[in-house]
Amino acid sequence: MRKSLILLAIAGAMLSGTAYAQSRTDVNIAMQLEPPSLDPTTGGAAAAIRSVTYDNIFEGLTRIDRDGAVQPLLAKSWDISADGLTYTFHLHDGVKFQDGTPFTADDVKYSLDAARGEKSVNAQKQLFAKIASVDVVDPTTVKVTLSGPQGDFLYDMGWGDAVIVSQKTAATNATNPVGTGPYRFSDWVKGDHVTLVANPDYWGAKPSIEKATIKFISDPTAAVAAILAGDVDVFGGFPAPEAVDQIKADPRFSVTVGSTQGETVLAMNNGKAPLDNIKVREAIAHAIDRKAIIDAAQFGYGTPIGSFFSPGDPAYIDLTSISNFDPDKSKALLAEAGVKDLTLSLKLPPAQYARAAGPVIQQELANIGIKVDITNVEWADWLSNVFTNKDYDLTIVSHVEPNDFGNFGKDGYYFNYKNPEFAKLMTELGNTTDPAKQTAIKQDVQKLLANDFAAGFLFELPNITVANKDLKGIWENAPIPATIISEMSWAQ
Amino acid sequence: MSTYLLGRLGSLVISLLVASIVIFLILEVVPGDPAQFMLGMNAQPDTLAALREQLGLDQPAFSRYVTWLFGMLHGDLGISYTYKTPVTELVLQRLGVSLPLAVLSLSLTILIAFPAGILAAAKRNSRTDFAVMGVTQFGVAVPNFWFAILLVWVFAVILHWFSAGGFPGWDKGLWIGLRSLILPAIALALPQASILARVMRSALLDTLEEDYIRSARARGLSQRATLWRHAVRNALIPVLTIVGLQFAFLLAGAIIIENVFFLPGLGRLIFQGITQRDLIVVKSVVMLLVFAVILVNFLVDLSYIAVDPRLRRR
Repeated sequence: MRKSLILLAIAGAMLSGTAYAQSRTDVNIAMQLEPPSLDPTTGGAAAAIRSVTYDNIFEGLTRIDRDGAVQPLLAKSWDISADGLTYTFHLHDGVKFQDGTPFTADDVKYSLDAARGEKSVNAQKQLFAKIASVDVVDPTTVKVTLSGPQGDFLYDMGWGDAVIVSQKTAATNATNPVGTGPYRFSDWVKGDHVTLVANPDYWGAKPSIEKATIKFISDPTAAVAAILAGDVDVFGGFPAPEAVDQIKADPRFSVTVGSTQGETVLAMNNGKAPLDNIKVREAIAHAIDRKAIIDAAQFGYGTPIGSFFSPGDPAYIDLTSISNFDPDKSKALLAEAGVKDLTLSLKLPPAQYARAAGPVIQQELANIGIKVDITNVEWADWLSNVFTNKDYDLTIVSHVEPNDFGNFGKDGYYFNYKNPEFAKLMTELGNTTDPAKQTAIKQDVQKLLANDFAAGFLFELPNITVANKDLKGIWENAPIPATIISEMSWAQ
Repeated sequence: MSTYLLGRLGSLVISLLVASIVIFLILEVVPGDPAQFMLGMNAQPDTLAALREQLGLDQPAFSRYVTWLFGMLHGDLGISYTYKTPVTELVLQRLGVSLPLAVLSLSLTILIAFPAGILAAAKRNSRTDFAVMGVTQFGVAVPNFWFAILLVWVFAVILHWFSAGGFPGWDKGLWIGLRSLILPAIALALPQASILARVMRSALLDTLEEDYIRSARARGLSQRATLWRHAVRNALIPVLTIVGLQFAFLLAGAIIIENVFFLPGLGRLIFQGITQRDLIVVKSVVMLLVFAVILVNFLVDLSYIAVDPRLRRR
């Protein structure tokens, strides 16, 4: 009895002790790139905009969760018509924008109409292309009618570019964003940081973190110093893979390596001889040793991919064996194709992974008798000359948007890939809302691209996150560009 | 003196006009489309066209040049393509970091270089002279980004006296703002002070060999008085020229140090502007820097008048 009393007293003391030890309510977040503006719906594809604003300041009808699955958000539920063309969204009641304006179905209509309108400068306008009309049924019900089936419509409405904005503040969201989310914009010292504070009138659950300072640090050395000096509590998309081992060894930090949607490819100009010959593309694919490239470009962090699909996705299948490392086969294929003394251009954008992987690929292709001329280009130059004018043979780039395999079917896209079979699969996918059938088609797509050697599939960019080990709730994977502050909290 | 002044002023205006044309033309021929950069790889052609129209990129080059030039004349530098805020506002924000940083590091430079240079010259070929020459040789040779990283590791990562970088903003308090500039200012000042100390020393040694110094000594002036009254003052002309150049460099050329300490300064604004094809920012900021450099040189020319009485009579 006495013993248990003492134990009880000790337990009581410990409990009160923890109650006194106030846990922190602020967090210092760092990311590599500063967003150009804070409006995710106009003129700016920068993932950085979404990394700051998504689900913090702005919310959409649906949201994408940490596993990449669609969840309800501003729409608490929805009905889909039997033909899959009409979506009726039932909205939450009592939601307010951060400036006090009530959120209603009118705001949904305004946002979707603005995004698909003629004057729209939304970087992902294709998400809204099939919307035929948006009708307000009553203040909490909105009906969206599509002109044709869009299998991923609910997912697409969860993108950071499809968030709902208020007409009143739409013009000033770039510098003073106002949304319905759990955090409101406080200040932005351009070039240094953005501060967000908890929205006291938030309609949903009250988050644990009350103030978040988001710093922008692009230099890898500076990033390492900021973490080690304790200036930063969490760094998502950590730019210094070479320092990861050192940080891992420090008990103050936790390091996670998750997946992203960034398929890094050696793009081949399918429309230009001799790369229009599948045998030549196959030869190049077999000449590539993915491990050597991942070691060079990412210090070993990164998952090899055999097609254009994220290993973090449930529909992913490992097809790396189709283009396994086999230089002898490459030489045989080149001989079969009758290609000799081949010289190809390889244009490298300034991304670290591209500049590091380039020389490895140059060497590997030299081994099978292909001479590669490397040219380093700036991003703007890359976008104009490689991406738009398709003036290239080979290039290395990471495609970071979620589920963007559809680009292979786009007419005039820089891959210059053409296969009627692919277009057929994409139409089928668009017409399907059944998840099991969607998965089957997505797997067919992966196999088709792998067997056509539509590109040299290298690796999935890793999402390296370095954090204070007491900070919980950080997303390990990055199914979309996002930094969800409301899910973070400090351990007691 | 007024002819001298008018001549300087005239060349200032002409230099600015020529600079504006050169800057505009260079940015016209740089490959890359700002709208394409902003919208990225999923952009639709109609979206690109809408954004180009919004940014005024569909106007002919000559009319864009004229609009830009006349805007600048009444202080309007345009609206940043990417940040969507007035360039003037961006520049003022960045100047809030770059100007104090340049002043701080230049003050440090002068505080170190003047005494060191004078001491070395006065005690030529002594141990002090060798020590000063040795240290400044090191200061010139050490890459300043390496020195900056070293400062971060010692004072931020190990000692935790300073944060590793960043700029919290002046509204958080004068000391907090100043504190974030101390390590960068030291990193910037080391090579500049080394250069300036060596210039000071050699300029002083040159003047010490002049006839008037010998005359002054012959008239019975002490070595110390000769040094201060005659030699230092005459040695100042080359030194001031270097100081002027250094100030201009520190204002705009601190980009490497700004990167190491992730400071939001002017250098990084230009760099970012170039990579993101925010051409309006690049144009206006480069023009502003040209103006600053020309103005500083003008002021240095004026200061010659203060130092050299002969110029006052012209």
